[in-house]
Amino acid sequence: MSITSQEPSPAAHASAASDDAPGSAAPTRESVLRILLPPALFGAVIVGIWYFVSYRVLAPKRRFLLVPPHEVWSKGFRDSKAFREMLDALWSSGKVAMWGLAIAIALGFFVAVLMSQSKLIERAAFPYMVVLQATPILAIVPLIGFWFGYGFQSRVFVAVLIALFPIVVNTLFGLLSAEQGLHDLLTLHNAGRFTRLIRIQFPSALPAVFAGLRISAGLSVIGAIVGDFFFGQGEIGIGQLLKRYANRLEGAHLLTAVILSCSLGVAVFIAFGWLSNRIVGKWATSVRGT
Amino acid sequence: MADEPALSFENISMRFPDGTLALADVSLDIARGEFVTVVGPSGCGKSTLLKIASGFLEPSSGSVRIDRDNIGYVFQDPTLLPWRTVRRNVEFLLQLHKAPKDERRAKAQLAIDLVGLKGFEHHYPRSLSGGMKMRASLARTLTLKPPVFLFDEPFGAVDEITREYLNEEALKLFLAERFAGLFITHSISEAVFLSTQVHVMSARPGRIVASYDVPFPYPRQPELRFDPAFAELGSQISHALRGAHV
Repeated sequence: MSITSQEPSPAAHASAASDDAPGSAAPTRESVLRILLPPALFGAVIVGIWYFVSYRVLAPKRRFLLVPPHEVWSKGFRDSKAFREMLDALWSSGKVAMWGLAIAIALGFFVAVLMSQSKLIERAAFPYMVVLQATPILAIVPLIGFWFGYGFQSRVFVAVLIALFPIVVNTLFGLLSAEQGLHDLLTLHNAGRFTRLIRIQFPSALPAVFAGLRISAGLSVIGAIVGDFFFGQGEIGIGQLLKRYANRLEGAHLLTAVILSCSLGVAVFIAFGWLSNRIVGKWATSVRGT
Repeated sequence: MADEPALSFENISMRFPDGTLALADVSLDIARGEFVTVVGPSGCGKSTLLKIASGFLEPSSGSVRIDRDNIGYVFQDPTLLPWRTVRRNVEFLLQLHKAPKDERRAKAQLAIDLVGLKGFEHHYPRSLSGGMKMRASLARTLTLKPPVFLFDEPFGAVDEITREYLNEEALKLFLAERFAGLFITHSISEAVFLSTQVHVMSARPGRIVASYDVPFPYPRQPELRFDPAFAELGSQISHALRGAHV
């Protein structure tokens, strides 16, 4: 298995030369409604089911398993001391995720550029990228703890490990996806390897790189929280709190922490979508922000 | 007109590693101010000729004389950089050749004006029509003022009407620059409209089986296409092409 295809991604030509020119008109009130209404309705249905399960499916004694929404609000979000603690923990996990992502980006980019420059390196390294991706994190947790201790460093390491693969694969795919015609043009003008890389391969790769970044950003958050479960020394992360609340059967707090964790993941996803749109949205033909 | 040829093929033959003989003994001289078109059935090796001229391929035998430092090559596709605006695309080759910024701007603007893309400098390729992309591509090639222009079926993908406009555009550039043009196409009317000379190439192995001088003076008007003499020459070429297409 290797990434050698020169074909653009399936969606790459989907909307070529369509009239979604930059700076198209601001969304009208109707279109905002049309965008927001369906998910809002669906959200209401979910809350409805949630209430149904809390009050109809679960006996009162077992209701702590799924605390109804208003109690999550009143006992979780409104408990300012606990909520404060959760935000601190979330911030700590967020830092771990960002460090992990930053390192994964630097490392992944470096590896992908190397692999793009030589078929030999690509062939040599790709199987190990797959191994990296396929290795269950749990299996190497003891090893990570053994090497890096049970604190911040190990958590970051887990985040890097989880976030690395999509960056390498997408960047590599992007670098190799530069049109043959552009390569010919540069060949004709005696451009060297470096010029080729800077002038056509990097820019060509950007849409794919951002697609990878969005996946990896989400994964780095997961990595940070998973890391938290095993490496709890030092600053308390949101993973530690999740574990604690679950152990103490604090349903409202647990759900609050879960919702906060989700929000972090979603926020990161949206942030990178926005960034992608800002940078390649003007010219790319298949990039869509959320 | 009897200048030293800017591009000359001498007894070029091309055999690919798989054994196919793509070109057999092709000789062709093109001086500045000459616009030569090669028409032929698809797969006859027309494009191979351009690839040999530009150095992408080495001929199996024969020799090419051309100044490889500055060749204008108009590809089948516009090959624009999608992340650059029209102006930055047109500046691209100058940038590769390390021209200073002011010079880049000025030359690019001239070329943009010449191909009729004024007002579209800040558009990205995705918002341009196929014909406009091709114009931008022409403008980009123009900026280096190459003495030789190689056209590799550049207008094959656009509709007939756009193609006619682009032909007129190409002639305008030819008259302005007086380069040596080698144009590959399978459209006979395009060949006659553009050229000083049309060569008919046979199917594999590609060899030149007939040559026609095109007598119509420049500048040529679009109405030339309705001239009986134009039609007559076209039908002669068409005839030769049928004979060549075995």
